[in-house]
Amino acid sequence: MAEVIKMATREAYGKALVELGEKNDKVVVLDADLAAATKTGMFKKAFPDRFIDTGIAESNMMGIAAGLSTTGYTVFASTFAMFAAGRAFEQVRNSIGYPHLNVKIGATHAGISVGEDGASHQCCEDIGLMRTIPGMTIINPADAVEARAAVLAAADYNGPVYMRFGRLAVPCVFDDSYKFEWGKAVTLCEGKDVTIFATGLMVNEAIEARKLLAAEGIDAEIVNVHTIKPLDAEAVCRSAVKTGCAVTAEEHNIIGGLGSAVCEALCESGAPVPVVRVGVNDTFGKSGPAVELLHLFGLDAANIAEKAKKAVSLKK
Amino acid sequence: MDTVTRKQLKITACKARMGIIEGVANAKSGHPGGSLSCVDIITYLYFNHMNVDPANPKDENRDRFVLSKGHAAPALYAVLALKGFFPQEWIRTLRKSDSKLQGHPSIQYTPGVDMSTGSLGQGISAACGMALGAKLAGKSFRVYTVLGDGELEEGQVWEAAMYASSKGLDNLVAVVDNNDLQIDGTCAEVNSPYPINEKFKAFGWNVIEIDAHSFDEIDAAFNAAKQFKGKPTLILAKSIKGKGVSYMENQVGWHGTAPNAEQYEQAMAELSASLKELEA
Repeated sequence: MAEVIKMATREAYGKALVELGEKNDKVVVLDADLAAATKTGMFKKAFPDRFIDTGIAESNMMGIAAGLSTTGYTVFASTFAMFAAGRAFEQVRNSIGYPHLNVKIGATHAGISVGEDGASHQCCEDIGLMRTIPGMTIINPADAVEARAAVLAAADYNGPVYMRFGRLAVPCVFDDSYKFEWGKAVTLCEGKDVTIFATGLMVNEAIEARKLLAAEGIDAEIVNVHTIKPLDAEAVCRSAVKTGCAVTAEEHNIIGGLGSAVCEALCESGAPVPVVRVGVNDTFGKSGPAVELLHLFGLDAANIAEKAKKAVSLKK
Repeated sequence: MDTVTRKQLKITACKARMGIIEGVANAKSGHPGGSLSCVDIITYLYFNHMNVDPANPKDENRDRFVLSKGHAAPALYAVLALKGFFPQEWIRTLRKSDSKLQGHPSIQYTPGVDMSTGSLGQGISAACGMALGAKLAGKSFRVYTVLGDGELEEGQVWEAAMYASSKGLDNLVAVVDNNDLQIDGTCAEVNSPYPINEKFKAFGWNVIEIDAHSFDEIDAAFNAAKQFKGKPTLILAKSIKGKGVSYMENQVGWHGTAPNAEQYEQAMAELSASLKELEA
């Protein structure tokens, strides 16, 4: 068996920025004194003239990103998810979202897998916050391969994008042959009993959960929802209607994120499909080693499998 | 500044004041006081200082203007209309549901608007970004932004102020429209931003103090700012809220209230008389 490659999506983000910088001299990267952690430091090293550190002032950074983008640059603004979506929410809403400017927000350290730093830095609300901004695209890549592809695609798209990256090294789900399709939900494994809609690092957990379920005779379909907004509602409904029940899996509060988006799409479609949400259960995170926390908060294959069985039991 | 230019600017600014009253009165809402206090400066910028072309509002080499105190949109709209960015008739549609003139400036709706603003403290950051863009691209365009004095209570202003001087953005000029009144009272009563000059000096800015209604002082300040290298310039402009309409001057109540029909007639009569006098 080939060795599983592990890499944090933030690492892939940094590398992809350098790749972009080499082919596009209009790419400028901003950071708020976290270049070493967000991995924009790689871009800083390669293109010091196109790297701008705004210091510990995220609100101002978002405004600068907005203004800079109006002068013809493709701007990537990076900080932790907590500060990008949380602290600077209103700047993102009013200075970037409302004028629909070409700013890409590279938000790293999302979710509880931040680990030891604890709840103050573990942002599980960012997808919910960003989802309510009209015209905002939200991408939450599953692994380093998808993260790279998403960054390159974001640069080709004209408008605001919120990209969510993690601190923790996670297994690569995809190989280099993977083709990223903007806005499309990707069926990774077909199944007939339940659909697991997963995003971010939960995609790998969903694939593991599928194995656990198979041992119990349940055939799960796995759909990777990398683009949470705009949601590929058609693909979501098609799969859920086919299997008859669904589980959503995300490293985010169960309120406001993928789970909410999937429920909204299914309810409005009129399909009578039960949905069970796996995520941070409307609570704050806490300190601890990342992997330990993921298990503690039920963000793992075992809990997804458990909830999949519950979803199956809810089928009429 | 020569006599002819000064006279022409005064005439244009008076017409812009009429545009402010026209727009706000028709909308039955809006912010006349703070529009009237900064309209001389905006008139000067568009008619005598900035490199802008109404026929090509997106010209990448144009100078930029960001109205950080976005509630003074009626002043910006009045000036943009007079400059020819859009038809004068639009002024009467201000704030209506089918209008191209939103309550606060929006680049999505209005030609000539360089940045969507309205939430205080944010415009100056965007202006910093634009000034940075000019520096990165090696372009010579300059960036101008107007802030309210109450707006200085927003923390983001100081994040931007620290950043602009730290990066030596000498192509950026920020104006503080110091009419000394905000919604809940005088600035000093609410949360004093004073001393504004000393604060910006301490933040590393070149500070110039002027009378916001003297075109000679305005002209001298902006020309001095253009010559000044290495630091951004802050023009602290002492102004009169409601300037030009007798019953609105220095009255906090006219921050966000529209004149009724009778008050509208009086304001327009006063401004028409001023215009007649200026044109004589």
